Amino acid sequence: MMEQLLTDSLNTAPITGMVILSLIVVMINALKKEPLATEYWVSLVGIVINIGLAVWVFPERGTAFSGSVMTGGYASVTAIIFLTAAALTIMLARVYIDKIGANFGEFFHLILFVTTGMMSFAAGLDLLVTFVGLELMSIPLYVLAGITRRNLKATEAALKYFLLGAFSTGFFVYGIGLIYGMTGTTKILDIAQNINAYSSEPLFMVGAGLMLVGFAFKVGAVPFHMWVPDVYEGSPTMVSAFMSTGVKAAAFSALLLVFTATFDFMHSSINTVVAVLSVASMVIGNIVALSQKNFKRMLAYSSIAHAGYMLIGITAGGGVSIAGVLFYLVAYMLTNLGAFGIASFIENSDQTGTDIDDFRGLYQRHPALAVILGVFMFSLIGLPPFAGFFGKYYIFVAAIENGYTWLTIVGVITSMISVYYYLRVVVVMFFQPEGEQVQTARFGREGAFALAVAAAGVLLIGVFPSVVLDWVSALF
Amino acid sequence: MIESYIPILLIIGIAVIFGVVSINLSWLLGPQRPYREKHSTYESGVDPVSTAHYRFSVKYYMVALSFIVFDIEVVFMYPWAVQFRELGWTGFVVMSVFIVVLAVGFIYELKKGALQWD
Repeated sequence: MMEQLLTDSLNTAPITGMVILSLIVVMINALKKEPLATEYWVSLVGIVINIGLAVWVFPERGTAFSGSVMTGGYASVTAIIFLTAAALTIMLARVYIDKIGANFGEFFHLILFVTTGMMSFAAGLDLLVTFVGLELMSIPLYVLAGITRRNLKATEAALKYFLLGAFSTGFFVYGIGLIYGMTGTTKILDIAQNINAYSSEPLFMVGAGLMLVGFAFKVGAVPFHMWVPDVYEGSPTMVSAFMSTGVKAAAFSALLLVFTATFDFMHSSINTVVAVLSVASMVIGNIVALSQKNFKRMLAYSSIAHAGYMLIGITAGGGVSIAGVLFYLVAYMLTNLGAFGIASFIENSDQTGTDIDDFRGLYQRHPALAVILGVFMFSLIGLPPFAGFFGKYYIFVAAIENGYTWLTIVGVITSMISVYYYLRVVVVMFFQPEGEQVQTARFGREGAFALAVAAAGVLLIGVFPSVVLDWVSALF
Repeated sequence: MIESYIPILLIIGIAVIFGVVSINLSWLLGPQRPYREKHSTYESGVDPVSTAHYRFSVKYYMVALSFIVFDIEVVFMYPWAVQFRELGWTGFVVMSVFIVVLAVGFIYELKKGALQWD
């Protein structure tokens, strides 16, 4: 019994490690007066150690804590994605939180709590673990969204995010309740064994549908996307960056685990629902993004569209599309963190100055930043040789193989629409003269390093996609 | 079938009697020097009847939050205490983890001055 507890804790080492790390950072923050430096370095080193732990437990595939948490394999890969996002966010935000007056130690341990939540969310094999992970991920994010508490827009974003997030959690729990009522268990693997018997039960399908609504809220799929633009625009830029990459990755990983990998809903009617969500997200996200003037708001609509592309992979199902979606998540994480990061560099201290027009003449002032932002924009469009291309490629291939050619056609057409608004940023940066009030970018050594890592990652996995694909393709 | 519910009925009866008797006894036996503040709902707190846009001190929320946290803690600890022998050392370790996590939160709260009234 005792040995079992120890083995289980070791096999879930990344999660256990993150819990310990978060608590240490909370204590540091509580016990000392001056903010920042210690918390920053402890968090960063701790995250790197936890990435190491995730790699270390990778071969330990199985379950822990009587089948309620997944270990190794999929859990490790998703944990590495989240931890990388957290590390890059912390580095990119080092100077930024100082600039906007959010220089609280709380910033770091809230990010760590969110990361812990994301890891348990994506590794939960018991719907209760999934739910606790979801809450542990969401609640600190509500606080982070409003961490500049004297900024009206950020406060509005935080309140809006909190109310709608709590609302969507209600759907999620109701779904879990109905599924428990029909099956008598919350263990996903036990449910998966008898999935054919359950899927003819209307109440079970209602439960699964309600859970899907909860997931769709978190990934920001149409028609559950109304909060995305306001929250991404109002929140501090690096918090939006973390939301649009880490949280989206966590929600998609959990969605993959609950629906595709174990429920195997290939044969069920929910598939059609996901396809509809996907088409709606791609079309509405891309078309509304065309008319946006604010860079963060544009990226918010673009993130809705990207949720749509990834939902194609969820619809298609099967091992190839799981690998495709995970690859897309990695590519999107690096690209979007970088793009938001550059926006945070040139932002004013009162959190204004993120309109697309504020990027005018960025090439004259900061040529390197402009070139890197150009790379990120091309990667978001999905042009080779950048990471975004292979993300879309693998998902579309999986969809065609599984007979969803029409979804692929919608995806390609909406990608063509998206070229317009991504390229507009490039045009504004390179070919328009500097405005009167152009900000000097402030990022520091850590910011520059993190940006270089993101850009190098986008290029590397764009040129050698097998670096990531080998990791994600042999998971199931 | 229905007979098995008789004990519950008994408990409900005893609960009602206990409540009515103890409240009325203290009213009968206790000395009474009523005045306006004493008759208001919260003797030491806010006026219960006022405009809806009354602004509370944020300190009330702090106290309420801490109360909920430690209330929930007790809810978790009771079942553990009842099953203490069966759960053995494993239960003890798990509970210790829970208490440590809670203690970290409590120290944070204390150090940030959330419980200082002024």
